[in-house]
Amino acid sequence: MWFAPERIREEGDTPDYRFSLANERTFLAWLRTALALIGGGFAVDQFLPDLRWAWRIGLALALLAAGVLCSLRAVNHWVRCERAMRRGDDLPTSRFPVLLGLAVAVVALAMVVVVLFGWEG
Amino acid sequence: MTPAGEQVRDPGERVRDPGLQPERTRLAWRRTTLSCTVAAVLAGRAALHQGPTVPGVLACALCLLLWLGFLAVAHRRMVALSACGPRTLSLGTARAAALCTLAFAVCAAAMVF
Repeated sequence: MWFAPERIREEGDTPDYRFSLANERTFLAWLRTALALIGGGFAVDQFLPDLRWAWRIGLALALLAAGVLCSLRAVNHWVRCERAMRRGDDLPTSRFPVLLGLAVAVVALAMVVVVLFGWEG
Repeated sequence: MTPAGEQVRDPGERVRDPGLQPERTRLAWRRTTLSCTVAAVLAGRAALHQGPTVPGVLACALCLLLWLGFLAVAHRRMVALSACGPRTLSLGTARAAALCTLAFAVCAAAMVF
């Protein structure tokens, strides 16, 4: 999906542009999620300075990795939705939102535990 | 969303999209650039926070360049959206915006580590 040279505009029929714009807004919402996760990675690193190094870096890298996955998935999902609309197929389903939610919940719980029990360096 | 009959009409007759979709999309781009700005500010803070080291400052400079790249991509798209019945987002633009985000995360990882 990412590196395929094919052009989406040449496939199927052009859908009503308003649906394409709605798809674009969904794409942007995912990019914002990615940027927020990246901001969260910076925040963990800067605002929890008393944490043990391994915990701090681990939590920050987990959030940054989630940001990378979100931005990759944003493009992939946008292309799949656009293609489905052009071909008149059903919109693609995805487990990604559930997985992301679970991953963020795990990171948040880890932070609460680490801060509460004060595993300082 | 308007009923399907709306789009069958003569395009010249359609004065304006009742759902303000291009406007909403433009604002969504604006919000996204704001999120990117927040991340860039945090990157700048990270570079100064731990004492300016050469790799840290380089990574921060790269983050700022990526931020500028993101702003440029968003600006071009927002100009395109101001046209009547704007074209679909191109795959290249979508990839460019996502690549800026991705590279931002990689720089952030380098700064944090």
